[in-house]
Order: sequence, then C-alpha cells, then structure tokens
Amino acid sequence: MSDIPQELKYTKSHEWVRVEEDGTLTVGITEHAQGLLGDMVFVELPEVGESYEAEQDCAVVESVKAASDIYCPVEGEVIEVNEELEDAPEQINVNAYHEGWIFRINPSNPDDVDNLMNADDYAALVEAEEH
Amino acid sequence: MPYIPHTSQEIAEMLSVIGVDSIEQLFDEIPPELRSDGLDNIPSRQSEMQVQRLLTEKSMQDGTPLCFAGGGAYEHHIPAAIWEIATRGEFYSAYTPYQAEASQGTLQVIYEFQTMIASLTGMDVSNASLYDGASALGEAVLMSVRANRKAKSKRIIMPATVSSVYRQVVATIVKHQGITLDIIDFDRANGTIDIDKLKQQSEPFAALVIPQPNYFGCMEDVHTLTDWAHEQGAMVIGLVNPVALALLEAPGNWGTQGVDIAVGEAQPLGIPLSSGGPYIGFMACKQKLVRQLPGRIVGRTVDLDGKPGFSLTLQAREQHIRRSKATSNICTNQGLMATATTLYLAFMGRDGLQKVAASCVQNTQALIDLLKISPGICFPFGTSVFHEFVITLPTDVEQVIEAMAEEDIVAGINISQYYAQDGLENALLICVTETRSPEDMAFFADTLNKVISDLTGGARK
Amino acid sequence: MTQLNETVIENRLIFEASDFTRKSSSLAPDIDVDMVTKSLPEHLLRKSELLLPQVGELQVVRHYTCLSQKNFSIDTHFYPLGSCTMKYNPRICNTLAQLPGFAGRHPMAHSSMSQGIMSCLYELQNMLMEATGMKQVSLTPMAGAQGEFTGVAMIRAYHDHNKDDARTEIIVPDAAHGTNPATAVMCGYKVKELPTNDQGDVDIDALKVMIGPQTAGIMLTNPSTLGVFERKIKQIADMIHEVGGLLYYDGANLNAILGKVKPGDMGFDVIHMNLHKTFSTPHGGGGPGAGPVGVSERLQPFLPVPMVALKDGQYYWLSEDELPLSIGHLSAWMGNAGILLRAYIYALLLGREGMQRVAEFATLNANYLLQRFADAGFEIAFPERRASHEFILTLRKEAKQYGTNAMDFAKRLLDYGFHAPTTYFPLLVPECFLIEPTETEAKTDLDSFVKAMELILEEARESPEVLKQAPYSLPVRRLDDVKAARELDLNYYQSHAE
Repeated sequence: MSDIPQELKYTKSHEWVRVEEDGTLTVGITEHAQGLLGDMVFVELPEVGESYEAEQDCAVVESVKAASDIYCPVEGEVIEVNEELEDAPEQINVNAYHEGWIFRINPSNPDDVDNLMNADDYAALVEAEEH
Repeated sequence: MPYIPHTSQEIAEMLSVIGVDSIEQLFDEIPPELRSDGLDNIPSRQSEMQVQRLLTEKSMQDGTPLCFAGGGAYEHHIPAAIWEIATRGEFYSAYTPYQAEASQGTLQVIYEFQTMIASLTGMDVSNASLYDGASALGEAVLMSVRANRKAKSKRIIMPATVSSVYRQVVATIVKHQGITLDIIDFDRANGTIDIDKLKQQSEPFAALVIPQPNYFGCMEDVHTLTDWAHEQGAMVIGLVNPVALALLEAPGNWGTQGVDIAVGEAQPLGIPLSSGGPYIGFMACKQKLVRQLPGRIVGRTVDLDGKPGFSLTLQAREQHIRRSKATSNICTNQGLMATATTLYLAFMGRDGLQKVAASCVQNTQALIDLLKISPGICFPFGTSVFHEFVITLPTDVEQVIEAMAEEDIVAGINISQYYAQDGLENALLICVTETRSPEDMAFFADTLNKVISDLTGGARK
Repeated sequence: MTQLNETVIENRLIFEASDFTRKSSSLAPDIDVDMVTKSLPEHLLRKSELLLPQVGELQVVRHYTCLSQKNFSIDTHFYPLGSCTMKYNPRICNTLAQLPGFAGRHPMAHSSMSQGIMSCLYELQNMLMEATGMKQVSLTPMAGAQGEFTGVAMIRAYHDHNKDDARTEIIVPDAAHGTNPATAVMCGYKVKELPTNDQGDVDIDALKVMIGPQTAGIMLTNPSTLGVFERKIKQIADMIHEVGGLLYYDGANLNAILGKVKPGDMGFDVIHMNLHKTFSTPHGGGGPGAGPVGVSERLQPFLPVPMVALKDGQYYWLSEDELPLSIGHLSAWMGNAGILLRAYIYALLLGREGMQRVAEFATLNANYLLQRFADAGFEIAFPERRASHEFILTLRKEAKQYGTNAMDFAKRLLDYGFHAPTTYFPLLVPECFLIEPTETEAKTDLDSFVKAMELILEEARESPEVLKQAPYSLPVRRLDDVKAARELDLNYYQSHAE
C-alpha cells in the first residue's frame, strides 16, 4: 500500500491537494500514480494566470511509456508552477508530495475543496483499482 | 504458387495439427453470406519474366525526355552507391525500429539524418522525416498553432509565393482545426512577398510562412520578413530547398532570432523524380519546441553496459500511446528515403553540396542568358534566382509545352494555371540543375524559339 | 604500441570520420563555388557554418553497409510482427520500379509523356477496387495514417455536404490502433470508445446505447486487432447506417481476408489499404508506405485528387475540375507513385489466383502456430476463436510465476535470431504477444520459432534473470530509454559542441 498522507485531499484522477494557510491549493500527483507511470521524463506545466474549471486538463506528466493529463481539482486560477520540474521531472518519482508538487491555484470557491476525497476514501479507491 | 513455400505434405501436417480437414474450414467464422471469392477483374498471374517484359515496355513507351521542370521536384545526379546501399535487404525490408537492439542500423542512420538536417537548416533538432514537403508544411502549420498559444490566433499568413499545390495540401490537412490560411499577394515586379501589403496586417496571427527560394525561383528578403513576424508575436516557418541551403543562409540564422520551424522537401538529396513520390519531408525546430514536433525522433543513449546506442524517444507524444491527444496521427517516417538522403549528404559532404548548388546557379544563369535574346520571351521578375525562373511567352503556354514534349523535352511548368488571375499569363516556370549540359541548354533554347515561331505563325521569319 | 580499439570504429558516427580539410570526390561537378556566389545577393548568402561530413567514398560505403548489418529485416530474419504483415518483398518489384523510364519521370511532365506510369496506376486502381469490392479507389494517400485521415475527412465532407452538422462523434473500439482516435480528432470529431466483449467481438449492447443522430461514423478493423473476425459485422453496419452514420474500414488486416471477403460486401463505406502490408511494398525501416482509399458510391464525389482516368485510349489526371467536392490534395502530386508501382508489379505477379491464396496461407500459418503454442503450454488470449492471420498470446502467467514479462520474452527472442512479435498491443490483453507469421513463411521456420519460445519458457522457469538481462548477442544490450528522454541527444553537432 503506497503512502497516502492523512492531511491531504484527493481526486479520482489521482491528484493530491494541500490546502495552504492562505487558502491557496497546492496540487501534485499521488505516490500511487507516479508508481504506475514510472520514470518521469517531462512535465508540461500550466501557464501562471490561466484559469481552469474543475476536472479540466491543465498539465501533462510524461514518462517513457505514457503521457498522462493532470486535471485541475477545483475551479481556480494558477498562481504558481513548480519550474524545477522542467529540469528535474524525476522529483515527482522521488517525492511526490513535496518536491514533486506541480502547481498552485487560487480556488474560485474555497468550499469546493470539501467535495474532494479524504485520505481514507482515496485509499479505498486505490485498493479497489488494484483488484 | 508465388511466394508460398508450403509443400502438400506440410499443408497436410499443419491441418492435422490444427484439427481441421481443409484450409477452407479456417474461414468458418466468417458468415457465409459475406463470402465472395470472385476476383474476376484481376488478371491471371504472370511469371517474373513476363512482368519484367511488360514493365520494361511501359517504362520505355514515353521515352526519357530532357527535363527542365522543377516546382518542388528536382532532377539531380544521384550517386550510384546510394540506392545500392539503401536497397540492401537489411534497410529495405526492415520495419520501424521499435526493437531498438535489433534496429541499430536504421536508428543510427536516422540520428545521422537528424543531425544533417539540423545542420543544413541551422536548427537545434530535426525529426526522422515526414511524408513529403507539402504535408510537412501542413504539419508545421499545425505545430505553430499548438506552440504559439500566446498569439491567441489560429491565423497563418501564407504567401502566394509558396507553391500553389503546397497551399492546397496544407488546406486539406488543417481544414478541421479552425485554422485560417490568409494568402498574401506577391510583388508584381520582383516575384517576392509584397512586404508593404504584409505590413498592413493588423490582426494577430500565429505564424508566417517564408519560402526560400520561393515558387518562382526568386529569393525572398528572409531577414526582414523573419524579424517583422517575430515583432508581431508570431512564429516563422521557413520553407526551404535543401540544396540551396549550401549557399543561402540557413533559416536558423534568418533575422536576429532565426525561424522557429524549418521544413522542406528533401527529394533533391538523392531521391529519384519517380512521378512525384515517394519523396521525403523534413522538419526541424528550435529546442524549446521539440515536444511539439510531430513524427518519430531518435535519441542517442547508452545500453546496460554503458555502450552508446540509439532508440526512438519522446514516444509518449505519439498516437500509439497518446491516442486521441497525440501531436499527429503520423506513425512512420519515410525511413528508406531518409536513408538515401543521409547517404547523399555523406557522399557529397559540405564541399560537394556547395558545388552542386553552385553548378545549379551557373547553369540557370546560362539558360537565362540564352533566352534573353529570344524574341517574344519576357522575364517578369527582376529578382535574383537560385535554379528556377519564370518566363512569359507570346503564345499559349500549354501549346508550347505540348510542342516541346513532341521534341522530347519537359519544358517546365505552366504556372498560369495557378496565377492567371494575378496577371501571370502564359507563364512558364523553368528549372536548370547541375545535370543539364551546355548542349542541353542550347537545344532547349533553339527548340523553344522554333516552337514559338511555329505557333505564332512564323510572324518573325 | 597503440591498442587497436575496434569498438571505436564499430560505433563510429559518420561525423567522427569526417575531416573538413578532405576535398570532395568526383561525385560533385567541378566548379569554382566562390566565383558563382558572387552573382548572388550578398546579404542572403550563408554565413553560418555548413557542418556536413567530409568522408571518402569507400569509407561512406563501408560505414553504411556495416550499419545495415546491425538490423534485423525480413530478408535476414523471421519477423512475426502482429498487425504489420512482414511478408517477403519480391526484389523484382524494386528492380522494375527503378527502371530509368519510371525513376526519371518528372511529376509535372505532360500526361502525353506519362502514359506508361499512368496505365500502371489506372490498372492498380481497378485491381484494388476488385479486391475490396469498393466502387472507386484513389491512390494518393502516402501512408496508412494518411489514408485514415482521408477516409474520415471524406465522412466529414459527406455530412457537411448534407448540412448534417449535428454529427460530432466517431466511434472507435477500445482495441483499435492509436491512429484511429488520433485521426478522428484531426478531422474535428469527438472520439467515443467502444468496449470489446470477452470473445473479442464488439460489445453490441454498448454500441446500441452509443449511437444516434450525433454519430458521424464508426472505425473498425476486421479481422480486429485481436486477431479474430468480427462476426456481427453486418448487424453493426445496419445499426450504424440506420442512424445515418458511415462505416470506416481500417485495412490494417486486409491480408487476412484477401480473396475471401470484401469490405464492400461487409457494408463499409470507406476503407484504406496499407500497400506496405497486403501488397508487399517495402517497410524500409519505417516508410514510405502507401494508403490508398476506396469508397462506396455515396462517398465517390469526395475522393482526393488526382486520380487516373481513361478516355479514348488516353490516360489523364482527374482534378478538382471533374471532382468539385473532392476533399483536395494530400501530397504535392500522386502520392508515393513509386511505391504504388511496386504494389502494381506485386499484384501482376500474384494475379487473381495468387491473391486468393494470400489469406489462405496467412491464416493457415497463424492457426498452425496458435495450436503449436497452445500445445507447448502457452496461454492463448481467445482460445475459443479461430485465428485470422494473427493471434494473441498472453504471458501473464509467466509474468506472475517467474517475474518475466512480455518484453523479457521479446528481448530474449532476439538472441535466438527471431524478431519479436508485437508486444503490449492491443492494450486490452495483459503481457501480450500479437503474432502474425504471414503466408510467405515456411513451416520449418514456424517450427523453429515455436522451439525458441519453448526454450525461453524453460529459461524463464529455471533462471528468469537470463531473460531480464537479454539480449546478449546483438550490437547493443537493453538501452536506457529514461536517459534518452531526459537527456535528449538528437543532434550530434549540438550535443558534442565543445
């Protein structure tokens, strides 16, 4: 069973979301997702200042054998992206929840985050997918 | 049976292993009402000897005319060793190099091809090639719109000095992507892009296409055009002839920044004319655009023992992985043609290619000088040319082409079929490469004079 | 004494053999380049360095001849690559296509000077019409993928012409080639993915729910990419036609049915053929291909130009003047004419008798191999079904028990002198091998292939590590794909600039 931190929120499409103190949301892909994709070779980051709807594709992570869209967990505007991933995409493999973060958004509606899954629900989802 | 090695005993053994009585039984899942064995309109089989005779006759029935046509397909000398090597079974009958360890020959050739194309065009990276020059331009247009999202425009400025056939192919390819292709007129005196009309453009656009040399054989002022387009926030697609690049500035160095994407037709580099194909499109770009580059790309890496080797890379962009989100639906390159092109550039080298290009320029000038003294022939454009030029005739161009054909000469291309509404009437596009001797050119000029004289009723006798 | 380092020569790039002080050979004309460039506009001349290698003629010949020897090919190895139809490429097709009268012909030569090649293309159009049961054929698409694009673009043109603009969806089975969805998107369509049932057939119930006035068409391969014939094809055709959609036939597997069933009789409106598969034109290390399209009557007006027509004994080019609704040009001229010529020669050599035997022996070889593999203890993906010209093994059992996946088997096969089958496609079957022997392989070679797989299976049981490290006997061992993608080295002069 892979690492699923309790304090984070999750999506069905395997993004994690951290609610920061200032209300912004940091987004990445889960340990489970990076394991499935394998060695990362490239990350296409969203543009800072762009707004996305919930579940709209806004970034792409690419491994040798797959390219996977990253979906915006809730509606909001991108305020920062992890530019270090451009040169070191493997940070997602090394530490998906910290150095491997992908982008940060300012949610249009702070309550939207409550609709995302908690760690237990996500663990159940991963469990179900593995069988 | 042609190419089927089975003996009747083997067939019997195989059927017995499968557990059926006949080959026919293997098709028992096909609903009987769909079955149709009739191939009545296909002729009965012929032996290799019969086919060789038939095809040899067909190949000779139209003679081997002297060719003065270009317009995107060029007759150059092809060193004999190229196709001897390219058609070795190991290149000719290999598949796309998915199993890298069993395809190092093809993969290294493509890596060398990419390097040579990048070098010729002055760009950072090249792909493994595309179908032909026209479709490569179509892919470049799609790529520029994908890559230049900042322009917030899907408009492409496409000069009328780009081959009309190329423009038609691009239109077919990009039709359903919401892209508009705006044609910019050419300057009537120079046969190059009308820069004044271009500068009147006020709406944003994603990219400008610049041909060099252009369809009329004329040289565009590529530096000014490139810088202007970049100032407008647009990308630049350079459409270039690879032989001309031996002498003319590489698109990677046009203006202050160079073009963003360079494409063209590599047929002049060792590929026979062969009625229009198979040819080979090339495409190179700046490093930062590499992930938008469609088609196959080969990279150099190392194996388990640390030994250098080659493999297909950046495959995640491609259709077999990315499916509906791929950069293009393209699955292959023109592998065999890329092999021949690589061989050509290796045999010629830097000096050889420069000499081929210089010889084209010299011969073209020689024919121009011969035709300048021909009565009734006009030169509409006053610009320098590489190895093609336009003349206008005092009589019907189509009739002249037909009459020249009677004398076993491909006189050139009737470009009035594309530009009549632009005032180019009875215009002929002529090409002279290094393959034409002084005698060929004299014969061409004499025959053309005679044909014109005959068609105009000998008025000048 | 200096040690002779053979590996350096063996792995040398042509650029490393170059010396810019070496003068060019007799291959180029003798001319004073500087004299000529003086006549050209100075500001447009090349100022940047032209880095092309300067190498002697023999050294170039040897370099590329040695490189060719690092390839597997049909001429040297059994190549059971599923869905690719790696059959023998008769040399005569190449020899004749290179005759000077064909190779030297300019595409813009007047049609009165091109009657020979035009007669070949015209006859090829007719033969392909007969072989597929379609009403008309256009030869211009330059590869299978471009043929697909052409086909779907014609479907789009047909609906647009009928002002039927509510049709926004193309249905594609989940087992389809990746080109299918990519093509549908290029034509501005949304892709609906159709599931497959456990027998390898399309899920008819799912299809029922999916279709309607929004359906532009469906793209099918038959036999499917799973190596089985879609038995309910007629029902599917009726369902799609009833809601006003059109059927697209992906001709990837035409070799399985040549002379047995015609796509036109199955109800397809448009098809593309891969001449580099069924008609044996060379794969050339990945192209050139040729992807002619055939259509039923209703799509005839939309075919791409040019095509060859015959009137009063003279062949002529059909253009937009005759076909104003044509989707247009796909290549500057007549597609890959020289490849079309090779296919024409192959068709003459086979004749109608030979063509009928193609599907028969391709199917015989596939079913024989399937049974031999089943007998050897390998798991067949669809054991209840008759194989078409190809079939699928799944190595999931071996992956689980020995930790050796399909890729490991594939790499080990290379050591035994066999090109690997297609791996990991279709994605629906785990750890799969898609195996297509083609009709031109002899029984003895099929037997050797089975033997090699048996030996590898034994190795997997006894010492799985052997498989995981394979291959050992090829010019290189397994390559580092991650490094290749992370540290892009695509251009020698860029990567080795000092």
